[in-house]
Amino acid sequence: MEKYAVYVPRLIKKRENFAPGHRACIGCGEALAVRMAFKALDNNVIVANATGCIEIVASQLPFTTWHLPWIHTLFENPAAVASGIEAGYKAMKRKGMAVPENTKVVAIGGDGATSDIGLQAISGALERGHDFTYICFDNEAYMNTGIQRSSATPFGAATTTSPAGKHSFGQFTWKKNMPEIAAAHNIPYVATATHGYPFDLMAKVRKAADTPGPAYVHILSVCPTGWRSATDTVNRQSRLAVQTGVFPLYEVENGVYKMSIDLPKLRPVKDYLKIQGRFRHLSDDLIQQIQDRVELEYQKILEKANNVTKRAKSKSKTGAAKASAR
Amino acid sequence: MATRVGIEVSIAIADAVKLANPDVIAAYPITPQTHIVEHLAELVANGELDAEYVPVESEHSAMSACLGSAAAGARTFTATASQGLALMNEVVYVAAPMRLPIVMAIANRALSAPLSIWCDHSDMMSVRDTGWIQIIAENGQQCVDNIICAFRIGEDQRVLLPVMVHLDGFNLTHVIEPIEFPEQSEVDKFLPPCKFPLPLNPDNPVAMGDFAPPVIFTEAKWAQEMNIRASKKVVLEIWDKYNKAFGRQYYAVEKHHSDGAKVVLMTMGAVGETASVAIDELVAEGQDVGQIRLRLWRPFPLEELREAVKDAEVLIVLDRAISYGGPCGPVASEVKAAFYDQAKRPKVVSFVGGLGGRDITVAGFKDMVKKGTEIARTGSKNEYEIYGVRE
Ligand SMILES: Cc1ncc(C[n+]2csc(CCOP(=O)(O)OP(=O)(O)O)c2C)c(N)n1
Repeated sequence: MEKYAVYVPRLIKKRENFAPGHRACIGCGEALAVRMAFKALDNNVIVANATGCIEIVASQLPFTTWHLPWIHTLFENPAAVASGIEAGYKAMKRKGMAVPENTKVVAIGGDGATSDIGLQAISGALERGHDFTYICFDNEAYMNTGIQRSSATPFGAATTTSPAGKHSFGQFTWKKNMPEIAAAHNIPYVATATHGYPFDLMAKVRKAADTPGPAYVHILSVCPTGWRSATDTVNRQSRLAVQTGVFPLYEVENGVYKMSIDLPKLRPVKDYLKIQGRFRHLSDDLIQQIQDRVELEYQKILEKANNVTKRAKSKSKTGAAKASAR
Repeated sequence: MATRVGIEVSIAIADAVKLANPDVIAAYPITPQTHIVEHLAELVANGELDAEYVPVESEHSAMSACLGSAAAGARTFTATASQGLALMNEVVYVAAPMRLPIVMAIANRALSAPLSIWCDHSDMMSVRDTGWIQIIAENGQQCVDNIICAFRIGEDQRVLLPVMVHLDGFNLTHVIEPIEFPEQSEVDKFLPPCKFPLPLNPDNPVAMGDFAPPVIFTEAKWAQEMNIRASKKVVLEIWDKYNKAFGRQYYAVEKHHSDGAKVVLMTMGAVGETASVAIDELVAEGQDVGQIRLRLWRPFPLEELREAVKDAEVLIVLDRAISYGGPCGPVASEVKAAFYDQAKRPKVVSFVGGLGGRDITVAGFKDMVKKGTEIARTGSKNEYEIYGVRE
């Protein structure tokens, strides 16, 4: 273990593109995820940021946390801003103007910016096929404005606009499946990641940025402030989300699904829910509902991944048969 | 030698944009602006214009993409109207304080409801305080000339501001006019390549769009205000240069028989040409009347306006928009403010007319001048009048 701690930092670049000194809350999983995501990339990156926690904690005239060219304009538009940057670079390069080679454009936003107010702009940018990466840092609510529910808030979670009460068990809708919506655009690369699996996260962000055309990465980012959970267990919460099947880690490369880790058996979702105050009020019955739904959704993804493997196998068989027939 | 051709004004605007050699066009269709962006798409598709054409999914994204492209240092154009401008309103505000020299043509059209595709200036008024330099064209030639000037004005290192060129929907966008196009080589001489000083560039990272706490917000806004105020000088200078290069001169306030006239009519946009005919006829009849047209809407040409009507006793202002529940027509309000603390000032009479494409004829303008003069002399029970309304 000791050796591991010595060895691991050497696997990662020293350079911080998202430097210390910002004003995120203690234990902010989103700041951690942002730091890792941009550590995975070189400095040939332009960032378009949505309004939200990360934009606020990392900027304040005349300071910045970013060591990359960075632009923030509005809440719902970073995908469109990124489209413009990409188009501008493409045109200027073609017309022989002096712009750096191989510049990557990355748009980032929270779950509100992504699955609610900015969904149209993201859909447009993915559909038009711009060469850019969109990363959603999903902390499962509008945290910047004080923990209001978004369409990415999970069923049963209490937020300030989906409070638990005598007549309410908190959020009564199921989490919008943003990675699947992105995948439905038939873009070359979609992935899910979370900061509890840092190397997986970094590999996926790198792959997304290196993919020509649009790529989408959905990163679950634990928010101890909003989730009413302990600040020293954010990575454990992140890993439990994966190990319970609540947040499956997978990739979709050119339509081909692939699970990122092998989980022979899912842990009960209760392990994940019980360490978060936002789920404190849930009855056993509701927890069972969540358990059933999580299994169903996990199974769907798993089947897509398995089908692909099966198809690939049968395809190579028929291919072999044809080849021998000829 | 410049050539003169009969051409639809929208197509002419697209051709003028082409002469400016933009790098990115991001736009969304809306009547009556559509022909402009359709023709630009065609020019790109045919390889006549080397630009990225981004067919965005909304006007909000059109202007957002323009922000990104201009911030990357690319020359950027878009066009819209009415509901499109209303939808992009949030984004329109961002361009000026971020000093992004985007050029946008607005084919002025009424705002819903009721839905109307026809011209008035309610969309123009909705973006009054967005910090853009705003030029109002009156005919096709002015559109072409001012599109070219707009790029040069916006990209001038002393300015670095977005520029809107307003033109009346249908009355201008869909008419065929004789237009003289400058040669490409002359435009290239007049309009140097876009040099945005601090573009988004990994070789020299900058942060754009930090939030501002109260301790610095006022200063940021003050800088923006100083910036657009100072831009007037540059606008006038570039118009002079344009005249030297192409032989057509523009002024912030354009005068027509107005020097020394006792009664002056003020117009914006294409109706100004109809009004001119009315004024000519009245002058021929021996009446002491004149006309001024507002060419530069922002920055507001206070001095030029005061100078233009220094001898007038009555200034009749025709607005093509209502400021609901407000003191009078929106432009008339500003005109009144411009004269309030002046020792000698004309009596300002406010009419609102031409809403949602309603025509005002030559006879109508003559009647308006007569009525306005009467109101100035006798007073009116109303703050302003909606001209020709059936009550
Ligand atoms: C058009 C618009 N509506 C609302 C807001 C207010 N607002 C700013 S950030 C934010 C929530 C951000 O939530 P999310 O995208 O989930 O990111 P987080 O702060 O949680 O990282 C809201 C509602 C805004 N800035 N602009």
